[in-house]
Amino acid sequence: MADAATRPHVLPLTAEHLGFDVGEVTVLSDVSLVIAPGSRNIVLGPNGAGKSVLMRLLHGLLTPTAGSVRWSNADALAVRHAQAMVFQRPVMLRRSVRENVEFALRVFGHPDVRGAAEAALDRVGLVHLADRAARLCSGGEQQRIALARAWALQPEVLFLDEPTASLDPAATRAIEETIAAIHAQGTTIVMTTHDLGQAKRFADRVLFLNHGRLVEDTPAGIFFQQPRSPDAAAFIRGELLW
Amino acid sequence: MHSFPMPEILQACRYTPRMQEIPQSLSLAFTLITSLDRTMLSIAGLSLRVSGVAVLTASLLALPFGAWLALVRFPGRQGVIAVLNGMMGLPPVVVGLLIYLLLSRAGPLGALGILFTPAAMMVAQAVLIFPIIAALVRQVIEDAWGEYRELLVSLKASRAQSMRALLWDMRFTLTTAVMAGFGRAIAEVGAVMIVGGNIDGVTRVMTTAIALETSKGDLPLALALGAVLIAMVVSINLAAQLIRSTAMKKHG
Amino acid sequence: MVKRKFGRTLLHAMCVTVGVTVAAVVMSLPVLAQDKFIVVASTTSTQDSGLFGHILPLFKARTGIEAHVVAQGTGQALAMARKGDADVVFVHDKVAEAKFVEEGFGIDRREVMYNDFVIVGPKNDPARVAGKDVVAALKKIEAGRSPFASRGDKSGTHAAELRYWKQADIDSSVDRLAGKGGWYRETGSGMGPTLNTASAMNAYAFTDRGTWLSFKNRGELTILVEGDTKLFNQYGVMLVNPAKHPHVKKELGLQFIEWITSPEGQAAIAAYKIEGQQLFFPNYRP
Repeated sequence: MADAATRPHVLPLTAEHLGFDVGEVTVLSDVSLVIAPGSRNIVLGPNGAGKSVLMRLLHGLLTPTAGSVRWSNADALAVRHAQAMVFQRPVMLRRSVRENVEFALRVFGHPDVRGAAEAALDRVGLVHLADRAARLCSGGEQQRIALARAWALQPEVLFLDEPTASLDPAATRAIEETIAAIHAQGTTIVMTTHDLGQAKRFADRVLFLNHGRLVEDTPAGIFFQQPRSPDAAAFIRGELLW
Repeated sequence: MHSFPMPEILQACRYTPRMQEIPQSLSLAFTLITSLDRTMLSIAGLSLRVSGVAVLTASLLALPFGAWLALVRFPGRQGVIAVLNGMMGLPPVVVGLLIYLLLSRAGPLGALGILFTPAAMMVAQAVLIFPIIAALVRQVIEDAWGEYRELLVSLKASRAQSMRALLWDMRFTLTTAVMAGFGRAIAEVGAVMIVGGNIDGVTRVMTTAIALETSKGDLPLALALGAVLIAMVVSINLAAQLIRSTAMKKHG
Repeated sequence: MVKRKFGRTLLHAMCVTVGVTVAAVVMSLPVLAQDKFIVVASTTSTQDSGLFGHILPLFKARTGIEAHVVAQGTGQALAMARKGDADVVFVHDKVAEAKFVEEGFGIDRREVMYNDFVIVGPKNDPARVAGKDVVAALKKIEAGRSPFASRGDKSGTHAAELRYWKQADIDSSVDRLAGKGGWYRETGSGMGPTLNTASAMNAYAFTDRGTWLSFKNRGELTILVEGDTKLFNQYGVMLVNPAKHPHVKKELGLQFIEWITSPEGQAAIAAYKIEGQQLFFPNYRP
């Protein structure tokens, strides 16, 4: 299993006319975007806009009912190994913190499970909890474990679905710092949030979703000063979109 | 081996009318336990051995099978699940009969020569409780899959890896399924009577001993043995529950 | 403070449970390898009488062979032997045994002992059957439609009972008797359960003396008819034919047959008593 630097690249990721229906309800329609390497992409929008579904379509947890998701590399194994995802509510295995990270590494096929797990825990500052039962940790700690788990795999792109939505400000800050650190090491970030402040703090580029449609796809600086669409403008002003 | 020696105090009460049987039996049960009656201990030990081995064997097969069935998808899967659930209600005596026909000298596996030995009883009970454990495991793992699916799919775990991870993660709930199988095994009489033959000192277990004493009309002794059996099963379950809750507190 | 004490008590209880469990399991393991044993197909009435508990240890002491007795109804015992699942057969139904030998499944049949049948019934004897004559008693029971519990399984006892009904010129086929106002009840089970039923119903029943003497749930019942020579019940022992079932333990089985018809075995049978009464009367004639 190759090192991150020498692994085959899978970005850019191209989504074309993605659509997703649940029964009769259209959750997402006609979403097209390109994820370029090295960027910090925020998918912003009110609750129910379809952000979570979009993430799952890009990561491969869901199959689109219309359109396609294309990676730049045709090798399925390379694509598998190059991504990781962190969910809003972290799912911890009933084992120790360390063993949770080691599990992900073992499934991945990493040559040095023990070492890589130790390193990942160290980067997120959880070594002192390494042998504690993961399920007994706080929400913030569990989310950091999930990040360690994802980071240990050295993914090319990291998907995060509202990772701090259930956390208090202190835990939120810790998570944001960790994500920034992961990005600094070369991982592309794709993160959803409905928190305007978080988007402002973090984004290079904003993908604004509303009612299942990609309303705007704009660099962050421009988006917050001069949003192109009335929906985005209203959202930034703090109005409820419905 | 002789039949149970009756404490003298109860010899006189052999033919008392029914109403007094229960307190009589309870005091007899107490005496049997505290005096560590040799015959009773060996019969109780055999019950534990037979059902213990049966539940071990059945679990070794049922745990992976139940987990596999929970995660796999194929046409007709719902039918298989329905049949498996239905087999939880297999009548023990029918299982006993089928195993007897298999193990009889006149049957396909007669050459094994294990009919009327504890081995045959272990086989019959393992067959009897396999569906119980498998069906419960299937339900537990399928419910857990709802919670773990996204994580495991995201990590690109194979089906085998997912099965192992879920079985280990749900270990506390799964022990309840295993204990359910054990309870069913140690309490049944139909299967072990037919394939074991209730041979004194060889294949006589608690339940067949109770059946025998009942048919001999010795109801106080039968009830006493029943009380001992219940006490045994309850204490085992208590121990399992204590271990489980201690471990759960440690691991969440 | 209380919590800690409770926790310690629980721990104690757990250790005791585990300890006793392990002890029981260990004690149940056979001390010696069971390489010398035979399977004897016999009847529940013989087992319930307690005879085997008395004589089999003596047999083992003499020969070192363990006799594993599987007790069922005579019909089941013979069926089991036919399939080759037993080495020796020890039942009490001369007619069925003769058929068994004739069909080639049994060899070396010997008469071993006899016991007798009795009719038990409620102390107050509503049908006035007390006495020595079994056939007369059955006639009176039928005439008065007194409740009667029968085994109704394919046992030697049941077969004997049906023979006496026939001798009393009462059609003993199930439909006719059972249909007669429900006084004749077939339990379809062994002697013990049938007596349990009779005791609960305060009914008459036909039983062997051995089971009756060791039966502990008598209620209001007592022996009313006994002593009729017709009531003698002959036991026979046979080896399952090795020609039909090569795996049969011929030498060990023959040792059992030899011993039980030897002076020592016959004396052991005679010595078995309940409440001072002898149950079985050895009658082997070489």
